[in-house]
Amino acid sequence: MKARVYISLKNGVLDPQGKAISHSLQGLGFNSVLDARQGKTIDLDLADMDRDAAAAEVEKMCQQLLANTVIENYSIEMLD
Amino acid sequence: MKAAVIVFPASNCDRDLKVALTQAMGREPDMVWHGESELPETDLIAIPGGFSYGDYLRAGAMAANSPIMREVVKRAEGGTPVLAICNGFQIATETGMLPGALLRNAGQKFVCRDVDLLVTSQNERFVGCFEQGEVVRFPVAHHDGNFYADEDKLNELEAEGQVAFRYVTPDGEQTAEANPNGSLNNIAGIYNKAGNVLGLMPHPERLISDELGGTDGKRFFDHLVNSIV
Repeated sequence: MKARVYISLKNGVLDPQGKAISHSLQGLGFNSVLDARQGKTIDLDLADMDRDAAAAEVEKMCQQLLANTVIENYSIEMLD
Repeated sequence: MKAAVIVFPASNCDRDLKVALTQAMGREPDMVWHGESELPETDLIAIPGGFSYGDYLRAGAMAANSPIMREVVKRAEGGTPVLAICNGFQIATETGMLPGALLRNAGQKFVCRDVDLLVTSQNERFVGCFEQGEVVRFPVAHHDGNFYADEDKLNELEAEGQVAFRYVTPDGEQTAEANPNGSLNNIAGIYNKAGNVLGLMPHPERLISDELGGTDGKRFFDHLVNSIV
């Protein structure tokens, strides 16, 4: 069982790295870029288990460690 | 008086804190490894600066979940004073002992220099040696010191007098130029609601003698120890 966790900064939380990325892209001539936000993905390889139970477990992992919900949003995708 | 300094892999201000506390207390603090689950009896817990766990995932995130921190949180809830400096401040927010979070510096750069700080709230135990409104000087050295809290939490911190220090000019003016990292409301340090946990990005332990460039940190530690004894 595999799961992918996407973590992004909440709207309104300053993202200096995203800002630097959008400035660089604009500097390269990609004038269509209005803004960029940087996040991260974490791929988890899990023991074989019930899909719903696995999703619930990953949810707990996000709450306890993977995301800081003061500043970050997360979403979970269960793969295969 | 007894103090405990918590040591994580890649803490790097633990020994500076030990020197500062030893100078103030006249005895050495206990150095407690992060993997311990028991904390000795202590009158003060200090969480040092550094890059615990290499800042992996988020600064302070791993350390906040290490075994000793469960005990630290419990003691803090019981009223034991906790001093959380720099990475310690990041760890304290990650555990929930202190509100808010510390983001990447707005200027993207690691900032390492002395800063002027306005003593914003009067908390007798931690800053009773300073006048309210006094400007003191400690160094900062961090990449993730940009204090953030959502609007409601920020208003609450201000209303409850939980802002401990702000970045200011030497004259005490709160300007954007005096803010080294983009922190909201120029916040450099905060207290928890009960006032027994202080988290701050600047390093008072680095200015404890004239040879080091200043003694505002010595005043801070001497007073802290006297107020706890």
